[in-house]
Amino acid sequence: MATATVAPSKLNLIGLDKSDYKGNPSTLCAGCGHDSISAQIIQVAFELGLKPENVIKLSGIGCSSKSPAYFLNRSHGLNAVHGRMPSVASGAMLANRNLIAIGVSGDGDTGSIGLGQFKHIIRRNVPMVYVIENNGVYGLTKGQFSATSDEGQKLKYYGDNEYPAVDLCMEAIVSGCGFVARSFAGDPKQVRPLLKAAFSFKGTAVLDIISPCVTFNNNPDSNKSYEWVRDHDSPLHDISFVPVREEITVDYEPGETKAVTMHDGASLVLKKLAGEHDPTDRMAAIMLLERSRTENVLTTGLIYYNPDRDTVQDSEGMVATSLALLPDEKLRPARSTLEKIVAGLC
Amino acid sequence: MSVTQSKVADILAGGNLGEVVNDFSLQIASANGSGSQTSNMVLVRALFRMGIPVSGKNLFPSNIQGLPTWYTIRCSRAGYVARQPSAPVVVLMNPETAVKDLAGLESGGVCFYPDDLKIDLSRQDVTYYPMPVKQLTSVPEVPRHLRTYIGNMVYVGVLAQVLKIEMSALEAALDWQFGGRTKLVNANLPTIKAAYEWAAANITKRDQYRVERMNATAGYMLVDGNAAGGLGSVYGGMTVTAWYPITPSTSLADEMSSFASSLRRDPDGKANYAIVQAEDELAAIGMVLGAGWAGARSMTTTSGPGISLMQEFLGFGYYAEIPAVIWDIQRVGPSTGMPTRVSQGDLFICYYASHGDTKHICLLPGSVNECFEFGWRSLDIAEQYQTPVFVLSDLDLGMNQWMTKPFEYPTEPINRGKVLTAEQVEKQGFRRYADIDGDGIAYRTLPGTNHPRASYFTRGSGHDADARYTEEPEKYRENLERLRRKIEHSREHLPAPVIEMTAGAKIGIIGFGSTDPAIMEARDTLTASGVKTSYLRMRALPSAASVADFVRSHERVYVVEINADGQLRQILQSDMPELAARLRPVCMLDGMPFTAAWIIGQINSQEQK
Repeated sequence: MATATVAPSKLNLIGLDKSDYKGNPSTLCAGCGHDSISAQIIQVAFELGLKPENVIKLSGIGCSSKSPAYFLNRSHGLNAVHGRMPSVASGAMLANRNLIAIGVSGDGDTGSIGLGQFKHIIRRNVPMVYVIENNGVYGLTKGQFSATSDEGQKLKYYGDNEYPAVDLCMEAIVSGCGFVARSFAGDPKQVRPLLKAAFSFKGTAVLDIISPCVTFNNNPDSNKSYEWVRDHDSPLHDISFVPVREEITVDYEPGETKAVTMHDGASLVLKKLAGEHDPTDRMAAIMLLERSRTENVLTTGLIYYNPDRDTVQDSEGMVATSLALLPDEKLRPARSTLEKIVAGLC
Repeated sequence: MSVTQSKVADILAGGNLGEVVNDFSLQIASANGSGSQTSNMVLVRALFRMGIPVSGKNLFPSNIQGLPTWYTIRCSRAGYVARQPSAPVVVLMNPETAVKDLAGLESGGVCFYPDDLKIDLSRQDVTYYPMPVKQLTSVPEVPRHLRTYIGNMVYVGVLAQVLKIEMSALEAALDWQFGGRTKLVNANLPTIKAAYEWAAANITKRDQYRVERMNATAGYMLVDGNAAGGLGSVYGGMTVTAWYPITPSTSLADEMSSFASSLRRDPDGKANYAIVQAEDELAAIGMVLGAGWAGARSMTTTSGPGISLMQEFLGFGYYAEIPAVIWDIQRVGPSTGMPTRVSQGDLFICYYASHGDTKHICLLPGSVNECFEFGWRSLDIAEQYQTPVFVLSDLDLGMNQWMTKPFEYPTEPINRGKVLTAEQVEKQGFRRYADIDGDGIAYRTLPGTNHPRASYFTRGSGHDADARYTEEPEKYRENLERLRRKIEHSREHLPAPVIEMTAGAKIGIIGFGSTDPAIMEARDTLTASGVKTSYLRMRALPSAASVADFVRSHERVYVVEINADGQLRQILQSDMPELAARLRPVCMLDGMPFTAAWIIGQINSQEQK
C-alpha cells in the first residue's frame, strides 16, 4: 500500500500512537496465522484512526477466538460461548448502534457449531466486521477435522476426511451478505485494505481469511497450509483502500480498475488481475466461488459487494442514539399513560 | 365440601332444591379454532361487568384447529378464583367429546347442547337444554362462511337467558372484546339477541343455577399475566428484547410489542427499544446478554424447552456478570411434555441453571399484579446485581384471565446499578471484578465509555479481579466466593415473602405463583373445619431469612407446588437442613391448575398419619 500518501507523523488522525491499539502478548503457537491477522487489525485501526473506546471486539471459542485479547486493549472485549459470538454481537449493536464491532471467529466456531448464527447475523445485516480465521482444523482440541477441511484430506490421527468442505464465503453470499471477501493471513498487503473496506461497510462484512495452523494443519497437502496457498493463490484484484481523509494517489489505469464507493464516502479500488469479476454481481460471485472450487484455486479479494440493504437498526426503526444511554424519561412512560391503560382494562 | 357439592348432596338426599346464585363453575367444551374463545371471553367479561367475582381458564390443546378445548368459568360471590374440581353447568359444543363430557357431569348438573347433537341423553339426573344453533344461524343475516363461528354466540344468548346474565353486560363485554369495532359487534350481537329471545320463549328454567348483580368487581381489571408482564417491562425501561416463539410465553412478547409501540416511541416514530424475534432460544439469550453487556435493559421470554437451550449462556451470564431478565412461562415437562398445560417444574433448572456452581435470582409472581410489578422490578434487580434474573410465571397465570387491582405505577426510580462513567474511572480507577463495597457487586463500565482505562475483557473463562485470564487456584476461588456473596446478599433485598401468621397454628403452608388462590380458598375451608394454618407465599429465590423463621414457627409446613418432585421444598430443605424434616410435599403434576379441594385432601390425609 505504498501508493497512498501517509503523513510522516507517528500519530494518527485522532492523535493516537500505534501502541494505543496494541493488545496483550499472544499465547498462540509461534508463527500462527492468527497473530498476523491481529497485527493487521492493529495496523488498520491505527491507520483509520478508529477511536479504540468506540470499538467492541468479540469472539466465540477456539484459537481464533482468543485473539481479541491480543489487539485493541482500550476496547471492550467479549469472549462468548462457542459459535454464539454473532448473537452477542447482535445484542450489543442493538444496545448501542454507535459502536464499531469486530468479531473474530474460526472455522469450527463459524462453520460448525455457529453456522446458524453466522447465517442469521448476515440475514439481519448487523453492522460488524466478521473475520473468520480459517485453518480447516480444530487446534485447541488437538487437530480434528473442521467443516472447512478439504474433502479427502488426511490427518495423522483422524485419517481421511470423507466430507466436502463448507465454503463460508458461499454461505455468506446466499444468506444475503453485502460484503464478502477472502484473503490469506500471509498476505498483509491484501488483508489490510480488505479490513479497511470492511470497517467502512454499513452492514455485516465477512472476511474469510485462510490462516494456517502451524501445529496441526500445515502439511503441504492441506489447502489451508502456507505452501499450498502460496502455490495456488489467485488474487482477484489488487486492492487499495483509500480513506477519504487522505490524499488519493493510487497507481491504476482507467479501464483496469473498479471503484466501489463505501458508506462513509471512502472508495475501494479494485485492480483486476485474474480476469473480469464484477463484485456487485451476485451470480458472478457465486460462479466465481464454484469455479474456484472445481479448479482448486483460492480466489482472494472482494468477492461480493452490495451496500443496498438496511442494517438491523434501520429495519427495527430504532432511534439514532444508543439505547443503552437513553435517559430515564425515555425508558419509563409517564404515570398518566398507565392510568389510561388501566381504565381500558376495567 | 363446597357449596356446590352440598347442593348436590341436597338433591341426592331428596332435600330442598334451593337456588345456587353466583357460586358455580361453567364449562364450555368446543373444538379449538372454532371461534369459541370470543364467546367465552364475552361471557367472562359480562359476569365481571355484573360485579360478580369471576375467573376464566382455558384448557386447550397444542394444536391450531380441531382438537378439544374446554373453557371453565367460575363465578364466586366469596371471590374465589381457583379452578374447581368439576363444573355443574356444561355446554357441549364439541360432538367429539360430548359423550365423555356428559358422563363427567355431576349429578344435578345442567347440560346445554346443540339440538342436532346425536348422543345418548338418557341420564335422568341432569337437566337438559337443547339449543337451536343451526336454526338461529341459518338465516340470511349471518354470512354462510361465518355460521360455525357465529354459532358460538347462540350459547352465549341461551346461557344468558337461563343463567340470568344481563343483556346490557353482554353488549358491553362484546364491545370491549372487539375494541369498539362496530362492524364486528354488529356481526355477532344479533345472534346473541336472537338466542336470548328464543330461550325466553322456549325454555322453562328447571335448574337452580343463576347469577345476579353484585358490586364486588369495582376497581378491578380483568387481564392475563403475560399482558401484565409485558406492560410492566415496558414501564421498566426494557430496551432490547430477543425472543423465540414458544407456548405459553409468546403472548408476553406480543403484548409487550403492542404496548411498547404506543408508549416508547419518539414523536418521529422511532423506537426507543428493539424487540427482535431470534432464530432460536440460543440466539435469543445471546442477544440479550450482548445487549445487557453493552448497557441495554434486556430481556427474553420463553418456556421450559427454551430454558433448557439457554443453559450454557446462562452460566456465561452468571460468571461474566451480565444483567439479563428471563421470563419463564412454565408449562409441563420434561421434554415437549404438555405445551399448553400448567406446571411449576422449572425451579431447579432456573435456580441452578448451567454447569458448574451457580445460583440464580428467581422472582416468583403470584398474581397478575405482581407480573406487572416484577416486569419493571426484574430489570432493576438484573442491573443492580449484574446477573441473569428469572421471572417464573406459568401458563395459568400467564394466559388466563384474572381479576386484579389496577397496576401500580413503579414506586421506585429506575436503578441502573453500579456503572462507572469516564469521569468516575478517571477519579477512582476501575477494577472490573473487585469487591469495593463488600456486597459482592463490582463496578462495571459500558462499551463506548470514553476513557482509555475503562475497557475490560469479558470472558466465561477464569478471570481475576481485573478481568484478566487466570487459572490460578486462589484467584479462581476468590472470584467464585465473591459471586456467592453477591447472590447471598440478594436474599434480603428481593421481593419479600407475603406472610399470614395465624395465632396457635401448628401447620404452615408455603406456596408460590399461581397456586395462591387455591391455597387461600383451602385455608378458609380448613379454618372452618377447625384446622388453623399460617401461610407464606414466596416471591423470590434465594429465600429470605423470614422463610426459615416461618418454618421454625410451625410443627409441619406443607409446600404446595405444581411439579412432581417438590422442587421448592427441596431447595428450602437444602437452605435450612436443620428444619428439613418439617417440610412436607403437597405436589403433583397432571397439567391441571390445583383446586382447593385437592390441597385440603392432601393436607388432611398427611395430618392423619
